[in-house]
Amino acid sequence: MTEESKREKVRISRRHMAYRTMSVISFCAILALWCIATYGGMVNKIFMPSPTQVIQTTVEMARDGSLWMNCWMSVKRVMVGWFWSAVVALPMGMVMARSKAFSAIIQPIIEFARYLPVVALVPLTILYLGIDETQKYVIIWLGTFFQLVLMVCDTVSSVDKNMINAARTLGASRWQVYKEVIFPASLPGLMDDFRLTIGWAWTYLVVAEMVAASNGLGYIILKSQRFLATDVIFSGLITIGIIGLITDFTVKLLTSVIVPWHERLGD
Amino acid sequence: MAETKLQVSNLNKIFSGKTKKDPDVTALRDISLSIGEAEFVVMVGPSGCGKSTLLNIIGGLETATSGSVTIEGREVTGPGADRGMVFQGYSLFPWLTVRKNVEFGLKMQGVDAGTRAKAAQEYLRLVGLEGFENALPNQLSGGMKQRVAIARTLAARPEVLLMDEPFGALDAQTRVVMQELLARVSRETKNTILFITHDIDEAILLANRIYVMSRRPGTVRAVLEVKIEGERNHNILINPEFLKLKKKIMDMLWQESQDAAMDR
Ligand SMILES: Nc1ncnc2c1ncn2[C@@H]1O[C@H](COP(=O)(O)OP(=O)(O)OP(=O)(O)O)[C@@H](O)[C@H]1O
Ligand SMILES: [Mg+2]
Repeated sequence: MTEESKREKVRISRRHMAYRTMSVISFCAILALWCIATYGGMVNKIFMPSPTQVIQTTVEMARDGSLWMNCWMSVKRVMVGWFWSAVVALPMGMVMARSKAFSAIIQPIIEFARYLPVVALVPLTILYLGIDETQKYVIIWLGTFFQLVLMVCDTVSSVDKNMINAARTLGASRWQVYKEVIFPASLPGLMDDFRLTIGWAWTYLVVAEMVAASNGLGYIILKSQRFLATDVIFSGLITIGIIGLITDFTVKLLTSVIVPWHERLGD
Repeated sequence: MAETKLQVSNLNKIFSGKTKKDPDVTALRDISLSIGEAEFVVMVGPSGCGKSTLLNIIGGLETATSGSVTIEGREVTGPGADRGMVFQGYSLFPWLTVRKNVEFGLKMQGVDAGTRAKAAQEYLRLVGLEGFENALPNQLSGGMKQRVAIARTLAARPEVLLMDEPFGALDAQTRVVMQELLARVSRETKNTILFITHDIDEAILLANRIYVMSRRPGTVRAVLEVKIEGERNHNILINPEFLKLKKKIMDMLWQESQDAAMDR
């Protein structure tokens, strides 16, 4: 390794360090505000529990196992619901991006469905599917699928046309163009789409667990409202936040493993 | 002239307007040209006269409104490995190593891995990129990327090489290096080449024959033979024959731009 590239590496790691420091600072600031507001007695304890209270509640829930069980139920719902929307959206979005005819048939339906508020579909899902797990998956599927198809379509459409042309003049068949060029070229964008929609899936999870559920993080948050158990609400919210961060980090890590050739600005 | 490799006959291209109000654009009018085996033909012409359109039609990426394109008598209907293209923007596959990029065409054609690797090695040597087999395109300079693109196209063994301002994005020094490289490579591989450029020096340096196009709608205004003996390198830039030809082409293009101004 040359002197110059060593120095460049140091520069990059310094920049990463700076980013991380800023993230930690902003996080600490929020924590500090929370401490001041609660320990300082500036807000009513019923509306905002103190960090100690929340930690106690969380530890308790972890001890009796309810935290893990509810986490697992929610994570499972999000993963299954989102997984099926990705499985259907990926091929559909790819074909939509490349075929005008298919796009003409599908696009209006999807654009229409996309604006239907998922909450308004809950009664129908219950009527059709009852209140078992499938109904929860379908809610999350409905919430993410229509968005994801359009995102996949967009990502795939934005693949450099010259790259596709180059492949075709190198003798690639239509199928080979899909497999060898369009798919790998879209991967970085697709990973981003996936990361975003997993985040949204958590929003719809709460919708799914609001009605006719008896477990899950969304459920305990909603149930706690009735008992003014704000410590449980906070604990649930923070847990969802942490799971979100972990998911985000995992997908980013996965992205850098799957598409190491892809360099992002600012990273 | 040697046996005809590529034949373009009475080609017309009209881009019809998107809406009723948009006027139709006639990009090419009655273009005919023929290129012989192992011939290096360069096309120059004012911006927007339809050079890229013509190349894309020959490459099968666009369809003509009327007229025909044939390669050794076979009519062209779509893109195919018999017509390799090199674009200004390199369009390498960034997820593949240099070697895999060069092997791409052969892989699509179902050639086995051993033969592919040998071909890649051969063509990378030809463009002076030994030792970069495992680099990714993002790690290369513009000139090196274009070398990879040329090697990639050559490795697919096309009958005709179509190049659309391949050196347009490179700095002046790199461009001269690449021009000399291409002159050498084309002599070694005996490829049939149709090359587009804005750069008159480049045109004369590379060409056996030069087609000068008129402003839009593009027609063939003149065909000039380049009869300069000896090796094609930067030294010919001060050859009297070279300068005479350059003046002639500059006058034609200047005339075109005057006429274009009159039209407006
Ligand atoms: N898809 C298209 N739809 C409508 N008009 C087009 C289309 N593609 C090209 N044109 C028009 O056809 C004409 C020729 O374009 P072309 O790109 O072939 O020119 P060119 O000679 O390659 O120009 P340049 O030297 O700037 O690269 C231009 O006037 C352009 O606006
Ligand atoms: Mg052009």
